[in-house]
Amino acid sequence: MKVDLRFEFLISNEGRAITVHREFDANRQLVWDCHTKAELLDQWFAPKPLTTKTKHMDFRPGGYWHYAMVTPDGQEYWSRIDYQAIKPIDGYTALDGFSDEAGAINPDMPRSKWDVAFVDQSERTLVTTVVLYSSADDLQKAIGMGLKDGLTSTLERLDELLEDFRARQE
Amino acid sequence: MDLVFHALADPTRRAVVQRLGKGEATVSELAEPFDMALPSFLKHLGVLEKSHLIVSRKSGRVRTCALQRESLMAAERWFTEQRALWQNRYSNLDGLLAKMSGE
Repeated sequence: MKVDLRFEFLISNEGRAITVHREFDANRQLVWDCHTKAELLDQWFAPKPLTTKTKHMDFRPGGYWHYAMVTPDGQEYWSRIDYQAIKPIDGYTALDGFSDEAGAINPDMPRSKWDVAFVDQSERTLVTTVVLYSSADDLQKAIGMGLKDGLTSTLERLDELLEDFRARQE
Repeated sequence: MDLVFHALADPTRRAVVQRLGKGEATVSELAEPFDMALPSFLKHLGVLEKSHLIVSRKSGRVRTCALQRESLMAAERWFTEQRALWQNRYSNLDGLLAKMSGE
């Protein structure tokens, strides 16, 4: 990642939302495609070392993306994003939720509303993602669940970092 | 860690948390820097207490507040991890965009 690409991660909307601003060194059409086409989403959406696997993608209002994040040992975490409004190539809104492999939404977990906007920034593109929960309680619930998975991936990253560090020491 | 982020979303409450980071303080000490009616200020303290960011105890007519560092640390940890997740995800996207632009 280029060091001068803007990146901001904030808790917003009175503690009900996460707002992420990120600049990309590419034109808006390309960045839009990467967010809206399954074959491209599959190449970046899951954080390393996880990978993304699409089961169904229908990018239009009322359609949905059904995908899994897959751990290196093959465990699958399924989610489903239902698209609401789409305005190419300015932005889209969608309803995110945890699901099972068949695509049924888990009713016990809070769903969040995604509002993703794409703006030209001279040669670059600024993407703003707002992940809004219906209450601060819901965000907390999501936090409780994310804690364990997030920690695992942090530990794995640390392993990578140490490996890299060891390699340089030799 | 219920409602921690909601509690931290307000500047008055953040200032109280910061002040308590330096050590315990009484309610009147905490309220002193703010140009606010006491009932409103007590509401803020109530939100902080409900989120388990602070605890208070009463001794005679004086109520003393203290920071619950574990709650703050758990929230910070989650925040750092989520931030890393998005950073990691977007760094993948940087790579993909560079590859596609090169083609």
